[in-house]
Amino acid sequence: MTILALRRPYVCREMVELITDYLEGALPRSQRRRFDAHIAGCEHCGEYLRQMRETIRLTGTLTDADLTSAMREEFGELFRQMRDEDARDREA
Amino acid sequence: MTLRSPLARSRPPADPDADLLARVRAGEERAFVELVARHRGTMLRLARMHVSSSAIAEEVVQDAWVAVLRGLAAFEGRSTFRTWLLQIVLNRARSTGVREHRTIAVGDAGPAVDPTRFDADGAWASPPRPWEDEIGERLDARALASQLRSGLDGLPARQREVVMLRDVDGLSSDEVCAALDITEANQRVLLHRGRSRLRAALEAEVGTP
Repeated sequence: MTILALRRPYVCREMVELITDYLEGALPRSQRRRFDAHIAGCEHCGEYLRQMRETIRLTGTLTDADLTSAMREEFGELFRQMRDEDARDREA
Repeated sequence: MTLRSPLARSRPPADPDADLLARVRAGEERAFVELVARHRGTMLRLARMHVSSSAIAEEVVQDAWVAVLRGLAAFEGRSTFRTWLLQIVLNRARSTGVREHRTIAVGDAGPAVDPTRFDADGAWASPPRPWEDEIGERLDARALASQLRSGLDGLPARQREVVMLRDVDGLSSDEVCAALDITEANQRVLLHRGRSRLRAALEAEVGTP
C-alpha cells in the first residue's frame, strides 16, 4: 500500500507546489519523472508552468531607477577625491 | 590606494564588468559612475537586510564603494567583479551589525494557488486561462511592469528580497543563500511563495476576459 501511495501520480494541487523545485533542478529524479509525466498529460499544468516561466522572465525585465543627477555628481566627486589622494600618495 | 592595475592581467572574459573596470582603472570618472549605477540597487538591497534602516544601508553602500576604489588594484579577477563587490557590501553590512536577528518565517504564506480552484481530488476546477504568447507585447508594457512592481511591494519582506535578488538582480541561489544566511531549502520556499504570488498578480491583470 505504502509503495503504491508513493508512486501514485501527482495531482494538480501538488504540481503547483512542486514547480519551483522543478525549475530549480531540486527535485529528486523519481519525483522529477512523476512531475514530467503529469505535465505531459495535463494541459492546465502545462499552461501553469508556462505562466511561471513567463512571470520569471517578466520580473527579470524590471530595472532599478537610474541614478539621479545629484547621485552621479556625488559619486563622481568621490572618484575624483580618491584619484587625487592616490596621486598625492605617489608623489610622497 | 591605487586605481591603476600594475599590468593588464588576462582575466576570464566572462566578467560583464570587465570593460568598465578597465576604464575605471584608467582613471575615467564616467565609467565609475556607470559601474555604481549598475550595481547600486543590488548592493542597497543586500545591505538593507542586515542593517536597521535604509539610511544606514546607504552609508554601508557608500563605504563599500570607497573600499572598492581602494582595493581595485589588488582585485585579480579570480571571481567576477560583482561577486567581489557583493562580498565587500555584505561584510560591511554585517559588521555594522545593528540589526536584531529576525527569525525567518518561511511557511506563513499559504498555498501557491487558491485551494478553491481545485476539486476534491486535487485537479484543476478553475484552470489557469492561457496567456497569449509574449503577453508583454500584447499588453501595455508599462501597465504590466507597474502590476509586477506593486505585486513585489506587496510580498512579505523575505520573499521580496529573494525574488528580487534572484529574478531582478540575477544572483545565483548560492549567492542568495550566502547573503541571507539561509539554507537552500528555505531559499526555495521563499522564492516559490514569492513567484507564485507574482504569477497570481499577473493573472489578475492578464487572465481576466
